[in-house]
Amino acid sequence: MDQIRLDGLVKSFPSPNGPIRAVRGIDVSIAAGETVALLGPNGAGKSTTIDMMLGLSKPDGGSVSVFGRPPREAVDAGAVGAMLQTGQLIRDLSVRELVAMMAGLYPHPMDVDEALDLTGLRDISGQRTQKLSGGQTQRVRFAVAIVCNPDLLVLDEPTVAMDVEGRREFWSIMREFASRGKTVLFATHYLEEADANADRAILMAHGRIVADGPTTEIKARVGRRTLRATLPGIDSAELAELPGVASADRHGDAVILSCTDSDQTIRALLAHHPQAKDIEIVGAGLEAAFLELTGEPDIDDSEVLAP
Amino acid sequence: MNGLVYTRYELLRTFRNRRFWLLSLGFPLIFFWLIASPQHNKILQGTGLTYAAYYMVSLASFGTMMSMVSTGARIAGERQVGWTRQLRISPLSIRAYFRAKVLTAYTMALLSLILLYISGALLGVSLPAGRWLEMTGLIVVGLLPFAALGVLLGHLVNTDAVGPLMGGLVSILAFLSGTWFAITSGFLHSFGQFLPSWWLVQARNVALDGQGWSARGWITVAAWTVILSAGAAWAYRRDTGRV
Repeated sequence: MDQIRLDGLVKSFPSPNGPIRAVRGIDVSIAAGETVALLGPNGAGKSTTIDMMLGLSKPDGGSVSVFGRPPREAVDAGAVGAMLQTGQLIRDLSVRELVAMMAGLYPHPMDVDEALDLTGLRDISGQRTQKLSGGQTQRVRFAVAIVCNPDLLVLDEPTVAMDVEGRREFWSIMREFASRGKTVLFATHYLEEADANADRAILMAHGRIVADGPTTEIKARVGRRTLRATLPGIDSAELAELPGVASADRHGDAVILSCTDSDQTIRALLAHHPQAKDIEIVGAGLEAAFLELTGEPDIDDSEVLAP
Repeated sequence: MNGLVYTRYELLRTFRNRRFWLLSLGFPLIFFWLIASPQHNKILQGTGLTYAAYYMVSLASFGTMMSMVSTGARIAGERQVGWTRQLRISPLSIRAYFRAKVLTAYTMALLSLILLYISGALLGVSLPAGRWLEMTGLIVVGLLPFAALGVLLGHLVNTDAVGPLMGGLVSILAFLSGTWFAITSGFLHSFGQFLPSWWLVQARNVALDGQGWSARGWITVAAWTVILSAGAAWAYRRDTGRV
């Protein structure tokens, strides 16, 4: 009961080119108190999944249960707070008034001052919402999400459009809130954010979950770099023995090394095979890493991906 | 209960909104004084009413219509910035949200009405208490279709278009319903009776002989209320089709 469960969730949207299958059957179970990152490139189905978790959109198939209840009931009980991907504030209210108004809608809200303190808004609590900077607006939106004192906090790409300092502050507030024993789920397409702020990462691509585990494990799997070099005459099996290499491939004179630690690999490569040239190291990037994890594209993968 | 909280802040927000003061309160008041004050005791031909009484109700209907339809601009704006979605993940029901909008619009409309009544009284309009109340009652009922129209426009039109559309629509309705000059015969007279705004303006006849609306007036207002409410419900569902 004490968890969030998604069972066999499926969701499609109509489009002129036939239905877009945004979510293609996902199963997730999140225990109370976990901080989970929903990681994936744009169009992976993260926001669609979150919309269904919050009851904003009805699944075509499967079910959502939030602490043993349908999403709408959990929301009405004040158990869920969320910061959606897009959204601004309504104008003509002060920061304090807006947060107090939202608190007034819930059965057992947090003290308004506490919410303002936690989000560092006390100093600007008298300012009108239309006069805030982008970073301040995001913090007010965060305050709106937590003022109901939710057990589950959902954040959909909360740091998009924030500067570096803003991000740092935001995540420290989030961790502070999570440390109260709250369950947090946040969507992001930055591996670093997942790594630094979550215990567990769920990777989505093409509407499916392609990996689910501790962030350290996920990072090792998708954090690879590829080293390419022109190096004739050396057996690829020999190259695979180099430190930091996970696998080696050869295409004619070119070798392609998939590296878990490309720094070590390049040092060893040049020490053993100084004749290597045209060396190129590229980060796999999430997109490529996901493709690797998903393996061959699905046969039914030809349809348009969700925006 | 939480609907009351939301209504309270909605009122506060509206009071702080400059456009509201200008369009719903300032504009009708200024026009009333400009048109009615030079000849306020003269009878406007064909109506049996003094200029003051005629334009008091006419401009009250304009201001109150504007207050009601303004809901559309507010809803469109809140939709556009994603606030409506934020509210949908709160316990505030969509009914309570619309109720807050309509209650706020009515409060603003009544404020506009009272200011025009005071202005009218200052220019010699004098009625028994019962007739003031009857007139107010008819206007309150006559505004029902416009409450629905506000919600309909708010979900049908985007923020850029909603302002001019509202202003244009209310102005045309006001023109066709005899707000600016008396329409006592001819095509406009027969046509106007099909409009809900016509009957809003007709509330003035209470000042004349204590006669409110004819059966036709009640039927017209009821029909428009039903049609526009159905339209508003349709537009809302179409807009939130993701659920």
